[in-house]
Amino acid sequence: MGQGERYYRTELAIIGSGLAGFAASVFALARGIASAQVGNTGAVAYTTGYLDLLGSCRGLWLDDPWQGLELLRESEPRHPLSRIGRTAIQAAFDQFSGALTEMGVGYTAPAERNHLALTPAGTVKPTLSVPQTMLPGIEARKAGVRTLIIDILGLQGFSAKEFVANIRSSWPQLSTAKLSFPDMESGGQVFPEVMARALEVSSHRERFAERIKAALGDARLVGMPAIMGIHHPDRVHAELQRLVGVPLFEIPTMPPAVPGIRLREMFEQGFPAKGLTLVPQQKVKRLVLEAGRATLYLQDSFGEVMIESKAAILASGRFLSGGLTAERGGVREALLDIPVTQPESRADWYRQDYFDPLGHPVNRSGVEVDSSFRPLGPDGEPVNHRLFAAGILLAHHDWVRQRCGAGVAIASAHKAVEAVADMLKEQ
Amino acid sequence: MVSGIETFETEVLIIGGGVTGTGVMRDLALRGIHCLLIDRRDLNAGASGGNHGLLHSGGRYAASDSETAAECRQEGDILRQVAPDCIDDCGGMFIAVEGDDPGFAERFPGYCEAAGIDCESLSPAQAREREPALSDKLFAAYAIPDATVDPFRLTLENVNHAQQLTDSLFLPHTAVESFEIANGVITGVLCRNTKTGGMRRILVRQVVNAAGAWSMDVARRAGCSDVSLLYSKGTLIISNTRITDRVINRLRPPGDGDILVPGGTVSLLGTTSDNVDDLEDIRPTVAEVERVLIEGTAMLPCLEGTRFIRAFSGVRPLLLPAQNTADGRSASRGFTLFDHRDQGLENFATVTGGKLTTFRLMAEKTGDLVARRLGNSRPCKTATEPLPSGNAVRWTEPGFAPRFWYRRNDPTDMILCECEMVPQSAIDSIIESAPGAESEMTLQAIGVRSRVGKGSCQGSFCSIRVTSHLYDRGVYDSARGLHSMRDFLSGRFKGVQPILWGEQMPQIELSEALHCSLMGLDRLDGKANDPEKEGSG
Repeated sequence: MGQGERYYRTELAIIGSGLAGFAASVFALARGIASAQVGNTGAVAYTTGYLDLLGSCRGLWLDDPWQGLELLRESEPRHPLSRIGRTAIQAAFDQFSGALTEMGVGYTAPAERNHLALTPAGTVKPTLSVPQTMLPGIEARKAGVRTLIIDILGLQGFSAKEFVANIRSSWPQLSTAKLSFPDMESGGQVFPEVMARALEVSSHRERFAERIKAALGDARLVGMPAIMGIHHPDRVHAELQRLVGVPLFEIPTMPPAVPGIRLREMFEQGFPAKGLTLVPQQKVKRLVLEAGRATLYLQDSFGEVMIESKAAILASGRFLSGGLTAERGGVREALLDIPVTQPESRADWYRQDYFDPLGHPVNRSGVEVDSSFRPLGPDGEPVNHRLFAAGILLAHHDWVRQRCGAGVAIASAHKAVEAVADMLKEQ
Repeated sequence: MVSGIETFETEVLIIGGGVTGTGVMRDLALRGIHCLLIDRRDLNAGASGGNHGLLHSGGRYAASDSETAAECRQEGDILRQVAPDCIDDCGGMFIAVEGDDPGFAERFPGYCEAAGIDCESLSPAQAREREPALSDKLFAAYAIPDATVDPFRLTLENVNHAQQLTDSLFLPHTAVESFEIANGVITGVLCRNTKTGGMRRILVRQVVNAAGAWSMDVARRAGCSDVSLLYSKGTLIISNTRITDRVINRLRPPGDGDILVPGGTVSLLGTTSDNVDDLEDIRPTVAEVERVLIEGTAMLPCLEGTRFIRAFSGVRPLLLPAQNTADGRSASRGFTLFDHRDQGLENFATVTGGKLTTFRLMAEKTGDLVARRLGNSRPCKTATEPLPSGNAVRWTEPGFAPRFWYRRNDPTDMILCECEMVPQSAIDSIIESAPGAESEMTLQAIGVRSRVGKGSCQGSFCSIRVTSHLYDRGVYDSARGLHSMRDFLSGRFKGVQPILWGEQMPQIELSEALHCSLMGLDRLDGKANDPEKEGSG
C-alpha cells in the first residue's frame, strides 16, 4: 500500500450509487456478503420518492402491476422485469421497502394494487410503494376529503393553485393558501432541502404549525410540498400533525427534492454502520477483471482507492449517471465498453413527438445480460463470470414511460446479488 | 353564441408578423396610418425567427449578385444608425481553407469593390490571431463589415412603436380564410382564430400580404396567381457558447455549413438549402445537422467537440421567375413588390423574397405604394427615425435580463429561467404589455418575447417554474396551463432532437424524467390521465 493509497478487499464491489446500487447493497448485506459500494450518486436526488414497479403497459395505466407483469412478459419478453419471476420481484420489493423503513424512512409495504400517487402538477401516477409521509394525500383523494393545499412563499415550481386546478376534476374539495416559512419571509427564493432541515428543529415546527393552523379553515387535511425533515421524516410528520391537529401529507417537488436527498443521506449514514464499505460520489476510473478477482480503481480527494473483490455488479445507470455515453456515432457503455444494444443510427434514436406514448427507441438501448444477469460481450458470451449488471443500464425497457425505474433497479439488483451469492458459494 | 364573429376595422391590414410585416406596420404608422397586423401563429414564426440573425455586409452576394450586395451594404448602414440596440457590430471574415478554390479567393476583393463593400486582406496568421478557433489549413482571409441583428427585438420594437404611434394592433393566431371582394376592391378579410376556432372579420381599405413563405398561398386566396415562390429550407445549429467574436464565412460559392454567426452568448452554424414542397411541420433533421457540422468543422475544427443545444429550420421564400426551375441557391435573394393591378385588384399588395438585412427597404417600398393608394403623401421616415426601446420588448437580448436583474437588486424578484437568468418581473412585464400579450398567454408566446427556454436546459426546468408562476398569478386556472407547458416542450424538442448526443443526453434523460415521470405531461389527454376509469388494461 503506497502513500496516500487505500486498498480494500471485499467479496462484492457494487459500482453505482443510484437506486440499483443501494438496493444491491441492501440485498448483499442481508445475505452476509462483504461488500463495497462506489460511484456517483447519480439520479437519486431526482427521484420523487415513489417506488414504481410497473405503472404502464402497452400504453395503459396499470391498477394491478402484478397482472401488468404478466402482460409485459407476453409483449416484451426481453424487458428486465420479464426475466425475473414474480415471487422474486415481490420479495425484492418487500425486502427493500422494509429496509428503508428500518433505516429511518418509512415506506408502505407493496400491495396487490398500485397507488395513484400525487404529482406537483396535480396529475396522478400509478406506483407501488410510497413514503409514509405521502400516503394520507393519496387516500384523501380517493375519499374526497376536504383538504387544504399549501405552497410556500419563494418556493419555485410548486403552486398550490396549479395543483388544485389540475386535480379538481377528481378531487373537488380543495382550498389553497400560501404560507411563508419561519425566518424565510423575505419573499426571496427558498429551497426545500433548507426548509426540511429547519423542520427537524422543534421551534421551527411549532411556528410553522401555527401558520398552517391559521390557514386551515374547514379543511380536515393539509397537503404541502415535501419538506418534512431529512433524517427522521416520520417523526417530523407525526410531530407536525400533532401540532396542527389534522393529518398532513407531502407532495413531491421538482428536483433537487427532499425525498431523494433523504434516501441518499440515509444510505450514506446507515450503510457504514452495517459494515458496508462506502466510497460515494466518486467515479470508478477503471475496472480490471483478472483470473480470481475484479479490481476497481478510483480517486477521491484523499488519493487513489483500490478495491479488490471476487465479484462486481455494474449498476452505473444511464446517461445522467454516466453509465452510458452517447457519441454522434453511437451509444457506448462507459467503463468497459461493453456492447450496447441500440438503434441502427442516431437518426433513429428519437421519435418526432417528445411525448409520443411509445417512448423513444434510444431509451431501450442498454447492456444485454444472460440469465444470471452477467453482461454480454461482443461474442454473446458473458464478459466475465465475476461481472454482473443491474438497474436501468440494462437494455429493453423504458423506465420513464413505463413507470418502472425502481422496479427494474430493485428487481435486477436482487437477481444480480442472488447470482453473486451462487457464484461465491460455488467457489 | 349568436354570430360568433368578432369584427375589426382598420385602414391597412397586414398579413404576416415577421420582420417585413412588422416593418410595414411601423412604416405606415410613422405616416400616421392605422394598421392591423395578423399572423396565423405569432411574431417571427416563419423565416424571421428561423435565420442566423446576420446583418449582411453584402460580401456573400458580391460574386453572384452585386445589386443585392450593394443593397445589403446600404441597408446595413441605415440599421446601424436607427436600430443600434438590435445590432452587434461584430465584424466578419471570409476565409478559404485547403481544398477551396484559390482563384475564387483571389477574385473576392474585386467583387467587393464592385459592390462598394470594404474588404481588408489578412494573412493567415493575422486571421488566426483575431479568431484563434480558425483552422490552421486556412490559406486566404478577408475582413468585411458583417454584423448581427436580433430579429425578435426588431419585430417587437416595430410593433411596439406602431402601437404607440397610431394605436395599431397585432393579433396573433389569426389565419386568413377568405377575402371579400367587390368590384376589384377587397372590403373585408375573414379570418379564423386558430387558438379558439372563432371567426374574425376585418374591414379594410388596403391589404398588404407580407406572409413570407406563405405569401403565395395568401395571394392565391385573393385570386392572384402572379406570386410564384420556391421554398428553400435551411437548417442551423446553436452552440452552447460563443465560438468566435466575428461572423465567419467560407470563401467559396454558397454551400452547406459555410457560415458561423455569433448571437450574443452563443454561435449559430448554418446553413443547408433544400427545396421543400410543404411548409407545414418544418423541422431540422439529424442528416442536416451532420451536413452543416462536417462542413463547418473544415473552417473551425473545434466544432467537432462543441456542445450544441438546439437546431432549427426556416423556409426562405425565394422568388421564382416564370421559367426558372433552378435550385434554391441560384434563385434571386432580391425582393419584389406586387401591386396586383394586372390581377384585377386595386387595394392589395404583396411584398416577398428579400432578406432580413433589407426588410426596412422592403417595408419602405410597400409603405410608399400603400400610402399613395390611401392618398397619404407623407414620406417614409424609417431611414432616419430611430427605433424606440420599449419596456416589454427588451427581453430577447442575450445578457439583458441578468444585467437588469443584477442592477435592480431585488431579492424577491426570483430568477425563473436559470440558464438565461430571466426574472419573474420580466415574465410579468411581458404578460402585461408585450406586443401580442393576451390572457392565458402560452409559454411559447412568452418564449418568443424573451430568452426563456433558450439556454442549455432548453426549457426543462424553467417551463415548470414559469408555469407555476403563471398559475400563482391567476393567468391559468385550468388544465390549460399544463397543456401549454406540454406544447412548449414539444416545440422545443423539434430543435433538440437532432443534436442529442454527448452532454445533451443526460439533459434530455433528466427532462423526460421530469416532464413524464414527475409531472405526467405524457398522460394529459383524456382518459389516460384517469387510470381509475381505465381498469388494469
